[in-house]
Amino acid sequence: MVRDVKKLLILGCGTCVTVCMAGGEKEVGILASTLRLTNRRNNISMEIMEDTIERQCDREFFDAVADKVREADAVLSLACGVGVQFGGEVFEGKRFLPGLNTSFYGANESVGVWSERCAGCGNCVLDKFGGLCPITRCSKSLLNGPCGGSQNGMCEVDPENIECGWQLIYDRMKALGLLHKLEENEPVKDWSTSRDGGPRKIIREDMVQ
Amino acid sequence: MKAESNLERILEAGEFAVTAELGPPKSADVQVVEKKAGFLKGMVDAVNITDNQTAIVRMSSIAAGALAMREGLEPVIQITCRDRNRIAIQSDVLGAYALGMRNILCLTGDHQSFGNHQTSKNVYDMDSVQLIQTLRSMRDDKVFLCGDEIRNGKKAPIVEPRIYIGAAANPFGDPFEFRVIRLAKKANAGVDFIQTQCIYDMERFEKWMEQVRERGLHKKVKILAGLTPLKSAGMARYMRDSVAGLTVPDWYIERIGKAEDKAAEGIRMCVEQIERIRSIEGVAGIHLMAIEWEHRVAEIVKEAGLLPRPVV
Repeated sequence: MVRDVKKLLILGCGTCVTVCMAGGEKEVGILASTLRLTNRRNNISMEIMEDTIERQCDREFFDAVADKVREADAVLSLACGVGVQFGGEVFEGKRFLPGLNTSFYGANESVGVWSERCAGCGNCVLDKFGGLCPITRCSKSLLNGPCGGSQNGMCEVDPENIECGWQLIYDRMKALGLLHKLEENEPVKDWSTSRDGGPRKIIREDMVQ
Repeated sequence: MKAESNLERILEAGEFAVTAELGPPKSADVQVVEKKAGFLKGMVDAVNITDNQTAIVRMSSIAAGALAMREGLEPVIQITCRDRNRIAIQSDVLGAYALGMRNILCLTGDHQSFGNHQTSKNVYDMDSVQLIQTLRSMRDDKVFLCGDEIRNGKKAPIVEPRIYIGAAANPFGDPFEFRVIRLAKKANAGVDFIQTQCIYDMERFEKWMEQVRERGLHKKVKILAGLTPLKSAGMARYMRDSVAGLTVPDWYIERIGKAEDKAAEGIRMCVEQIERIRSIEGVAGIHLMAIEWEHRVAEIVKEAGLLPRPVV
């Protein structure tokens, strides 16, 4: 991906990816050192610059690195996929390359463990299912209960690692004394507020200038 | 009568129904369907045509169903929610009905991670309960999911697909207490008949049937008990260890392991199960899923005293 780049800027992001130890200042340093070593071993001449800004999803923070970005042939962004794309928009004509495989937006379950919680479907159903999302937590996004593959609390898709979302919902609703709510038939979902409706945009008219 | 299918007539007449399963080929080989159909003709009331089961690509269930009809079988077309959205499914339901198919089984579908295209994208636009509801409103309210009437134009006649609607139930999945709730939801959605996951743990099945009777669900829907005859101890172990949502008590494995003729013993055990199932209140028939063993179905049905099949 970066083999032919003469001058590379590795750009970290100071917010979410820093917290989850994937793309902050520290990771930028590690990646830069690793890349320098690899390049030396393979006789590749490449100048590598490093920097990290507060956020790559807000235009104003890019000002701090504008000179370095202009100087670089390409920017390897360690932000999520949003930052990579937004950087490319802020600096028109500059190549922004992804340094991470952005997987999901989740919670920090315990030290070193992150898991997905929200799929951003734009049509929240958490009120109906005891605060647990079947869209995200069930492998098949089922809305009317578990499929036949729920066994001992685990999902058939990966019984070692994936909990059955519906077992969690069932247990929570039982504890809340709301099990009867799960007997109601849930109609087909309106997916138009999700990715299926096309790229989404939120406009706060009161803030737009 | 809702759909006038043979299966509906048998069940409505109070006859003990027998259905079987025909897995379409992993190729375009018509002869595979014809051969399997030949084994089943006259032995059962209807035959399920599976829909890319375990997410392995096979001939489509509607196409294989059309071939099976040509051979004189009545198909139960299985439709899963894994590969098609509400547009494609409703379109296929119209097509299946136009080809003369009258039974459809609504399934969620095995996840693609089990199959031979593990990197594919799944759909799950709706779930099996919503699919039942969709077929019911197409048939009874004569409208599509969006509310449009099922007619080709303002002056064209309404021609709705009149389908006998089936679904699955798995008494062996967890959480156990939710299993009967899920059946109740399917009944609410308008399902006509249920075929269960294959039963080995008879005690758990009987416990589930007790809950079904407590809610009176056996009077709302026809329940067919699923059975898969075991061919060997190896298969029994495989079913116990590798098939999600299935329990096989150890005595099955021991008994078939000890037998000299394993296949004959597997069939004997299946026939014994049928006898026991017939005594359970609320069971309306059996669904024989003889996996790649279609040629032994006749023997099982005959041994169980269920031949000849009634004509109603």
